[in-house]
Amino acid sequence: MSGALEAVLGVRRGAFTLDVRLELAPGTVLALLGRNGAGKSTALAALAGLTALDTGRIVLDGHVLDDAAGGRLVPPERRPVGTVLQSAALFPHLTALDNVAFGLRTAGASREAARHRAMHALERDGLADLADRRPAALSGGQAARIALVRTLVREPALLLLDEPLAAIDAEQRPPLRERIAARLAAFPGSTVLVTHDVRDAAVLADEVAVLDGGRLVQRGPLAALREAPASETVARLVEG
Amino acid sequence: MPAALGALLLGGPLVALLLRAPWIALPALLAGPVVLPALGLSLGTALASTAICLLVGVPLAAALAGSDGWPLPLRRAARALVATPLVLPPVIGGIALLLLLGRTGLLGRPLLAAFGIGIPFSTTAVVLAQAFVGLPFTVLSVEGALRGVDPRFPAAAATLGASPWIVFSRVVLPLAAPGVAAGAVLSFARALGEFGATITFAGSLPGVTQTLPVAAYVALTDDLPAALAIAVLLVVVSAAVLVSLRERWLVGLRP
Repeated sequence: MSGALEAVLGVRRGAFTLDVRLELAPGTVLALLGRNGAGKSTALAALAGLTALDTGRIVLDGHVLDDAAGGRLVPPERRPVGTVLQSAALFPHLTALDNVAFGLRTAGASREAARHRAMHALERDGLADLADRRPAALSGGQAARIALVRTLVREPALLLLDEPLAAIDAEQRPPLRERIAARLAAFPGSTVLVTHDVRDAAVLADEVAVLDGGRLVQRGPLAALREAPASETVARLVEG
Repeated sequence: MPAALGALLLGGPLVALLLRAPWIALPALLAGPVVLPALGLSLGTALASTAICLLVGVPLAAALAGSDGWPLPLRRAARALVATPLVLPPVIGGIALLLLLGRTGLLGRPLLAAFGIGIPFSTTAVVLAQAFVGLPFTVLSVEGALRGVDPRFPAAAATLGASPWIVFSRVVLPLAAPGVAAGAVLSFARALGEFGATITFAGSLPGVTQTLPVAAYVALTDDLPAALAIAVLLVVVSAAVLVSLRERWLVGLRP
């Protein structure tokens, strides 16, 4: 088990300020729930290292990844963090296999070894027959699953998922959600999932943190939030 | 009506040229002592200058594409510098190159004193003159293509462990490849047609600096059929360049 996270995320973007404290036990899944502009994606970008903190710090398994006051900032490529961006973001000029192999090559594997391990990872998820396809020839659901394999094959301590189901057709969502849940159950690290759809949180997450206007308004198991929502916004987000 | 006049302005000279071309004597003229060496020199120097444009133009384009954080005066200055050869008369470009690299020039004098290297009126001078006028095409085309790459892809690459250099070389540059290719073709075409800077900075030495446009200009005074033959040859080469510049490559040119 890994992925013990202690983070105080402070990011200023013009009039918007993100100010959120997040703690995560190893191996757990936390859903960040909120409306558009609540600061979910900014929080994720800070954890990934794509956005530097203006205030606060990020500590993962005892390692400081970002410390605004101490001037320490580990760049995204050197964090033990895996990120699946919105709409999968598979590289359009590479096949599915080479997309998965990409993150193994950057870790120092030879081309052969990287392809071999990538193929193995695709096989394990029943995606081997898509290995030679370019992203343009994949469905949204296939691309989402391959993007997840591409990130998990690097064995990150912390997994970040940004709206993994937002670009998927409505009728494809429930089965894909189940597949992602199964994949997360076998993942030893911890996960932060950003979504605006409470159904994602219900199936995938152990706990839910509701963001509004850049602040954390309530956190707990979904049932507890439904039982006693702290505000009208929380009540509306967790119903359904 | 104005549109028809425009078409006449563009197409008329070409038609006149093709009507007057010495078609029957063409093979003999092309095989003569002037044209073949000039053609070889033109193609060789244009390829070399295109290679230089790519070698220095892609890093320059990458710097410009990432320049949004620079102070505004610096950005404006960089942009003006890149665009200068587009608006500067090529002859002036040639004079400027002479002042920099000529035997008494800013860099030319120490080069000559230290290494005995004299650049003006050499094949190297031809290549440098072509690179000078062709570079803006590479830089502007590549910069547009780099800016057009969806920022999610470099971000995804970084989260997959790629260093900034790997992000650029394995993800951003391949995705911008059509713009790079368009820039290379445009620079090559500009280099093939280069005349003013070349004749000023490199002169007209047959086999050494006399490229096709220079040879055509020289032939115009004493050998009109040869000049026309060269003209036909350059039209054909230009048409081939245009055909190779398919529409999707031109998309990268939009600033």
